[in-house]
Amino acid sequence: MTVWSIIGAGVAGLAVASELVARGAKVQVFDPGGAPGPHGCSWWAGGMLAPWCEYENAEEPVLRLGQLAIDWWAKRTQVHRRGTLVVANSRDLPDLCCFARRTEGFSEVDTGEIAKLEPYLHRFGKGLYFDAEAYLNPRRALLDLSHQLQDHGVEFHHARAPTGLDNAIDCRGLHARENLQDLRGVKGEMLVIRCPDVTLTRPIRLLHPRVPLYIVPRGDGVYMLGATMIESEDSSRITARSMLELLSAAYALNPAFGEAEVLEIGVDLRPAFPDNLPRIRRLGPTIYANGLYRHGYLLAPALAKGVADLALDNKHSEMVDEDCT
Amino acid sequence: MKACYGTSLPNPLMLGTAQYPSPAILEQAFRDSGAGVATVSLRREAGAGQTFWQMVRDLSVLVLPNTAGCHTVKEAVTTAHMAREVFDTKWIKLELIGHTDSLQPDVFQLVEAARVLSEDGFEVFPYTTDDLIVGERLLAAGCEVLMPWGAPIGSGRGLNNEYALRAMRAEFPEIPLVIDAGIGLPSHAAHAMELGYDAVLLNTAVARAGDPAAMAKAMKLAIEAGRLAYQADPIEARDMAEPSTPVIGKAFLS
Repeated sequence: MTVWSIIGAGVAGLAVASELVARGAKVQVFDPGGAPGPHGCSWWAGGMLAPWCEYENAEEPVLRLGQLAIDWWAKRTQVHRRGTLVVANSRDLPDLCCFARRTEGFSEVDTGEIAKLEPYLHRFGKGLYFDAEAYLNPRRALLDLSHQLQDHGVEFHHARAPTGLDNAIDCRGLHARENLQDLRGVKGEMLVIRCPDVTLTRPIRLLHPRVPLYIVPRGDGVYMLGATMIESEDSSRITARSMLELLSAAYALNPAFGEAEVLEIGVDLRPAFPDNLPRIRRLGPTIYANGLYRHGYLLAPALAKGVADLALDNKHSEMVDEDCT
Repeated sequence: MKACYGTSLPNPLMLGTAQYPSPAILEQAFRDSGAGVATVSLRREAGAGQTFWQMVRDLSVLVLPNTAGCHTVKEAVTTAHMAREVFDTKWIKLELIGHTDSLQPDVFQLVEAARVLSEDGFEVFPYTTDDLIVGERLLAAGCEVLMPWGAPIGSGRGLNNEYALRAMRAEFPEIPLVIDAGIGLPSHAAHAMELGYDAVLLNTAVARAGDPAAMAKAMKLAIEAGRLAYQADPIEARDMAEPSTPVIGKAFLS
């Protein structure tokens, strides 16, 4: 029986492995970084399953393929189906109108309805509520996937994959760059804060003229604040400006966030192709699955299905670059 | 069209490269707009944006690097030097922000930075207000182009002070004048060209439109229309109708 070698145990690699195993294939996983952890950019993700909101600034496949994600993840890890609430400071209300025009799947909510959804948000007169969206805890999702795979007898090699492997599926993100010339890194910065004084029960997006800022609850008063998008490939540190913008967003949602403890600062590079959409490419004996950009958890299920279709059934989904096979 | 520092622009549209949904859409917007100049920010990527800068070079248009995000003469001068190295050009769009909310230029520091950079051999495109005296000072500092704002950056409000912009055109008839910032709609861009401005610089209006490539094309057409209209010597507005057909034979009733 063919053994598929997945290279890279980030969200792309683990999702591909999970999908292949679900279809009865045999796989092994290589990652010199070992168990999921801060060495991979999936560790720093928001974990929002928000295809309708993302559609505001993304192309149509993100909306359509992203909708597969919620059920796919719910079979594998805890998914919170509590929708997304989008708000804007009064000076940015024109941006909220624009956001509404360019998205679907929401209802408009006023101060009273916002207070019912999130009693700790009382500074906003108007918002958009996307009730079908969901979120997950990315770190827990990665660990759940790798434990499930191990329970299925999948072997994890904490090492580089040997060269010349047959049936390899390369999911190394930006590390696969030498083989994927049009891949680039887009810098993202995030913070994890603890603020037991504020209770938010779903992802909140605060519209901002430059970057979509959001806050995702992680439970026990812990929140993830994200995320910048900068066309830079320096992932060494966060800038003061980015930190100010992220913390200002939290403060604007509720001034009690001013008392939050900063637990973690995350900086990493998202792998992206020029159109910011993921791709599957066959080059020689290796299938490359890459370019999830800011949609790691949202599009990994669709990417995994596309890889499994190609690997097991030689079926070419829309993510497959035909001219490279 | 007037040459900027001896370089004739292929057309009067300068397009920014920030805030597009993806590099692929940025490229499409440039193709559909026919823009001859791309402005690019250096500061935000601070040395690690090589991949992105290469994409900008690959657009095969003239590159006008900018000092967006700089608040002091020193920052702006440092950024300009970096830009000269990265893009191998003497051109620099000098932006010195004086106010966080309105992003209006600090014209005092602007004049000083323009002097320092001009003496150092840069060809400075200053982002300024519509103030005539500031314009004069910038020319005296060595600038050969002026770029007054139409409205605050990203506001999309069009030409906030048409009177001042007309006065500026009249005051500096020989200087290339570019409307920089505030354009939201093609009609704003056309308006700038109808006033006799030489070019229009815009970014947000295209990059943040629902369909950036379509908006880029709309801007191109509007700028072309505005320029043709200016060259065609438009009629003056009147308070009363001016009949376009003879009135002979019509009864005099008063």
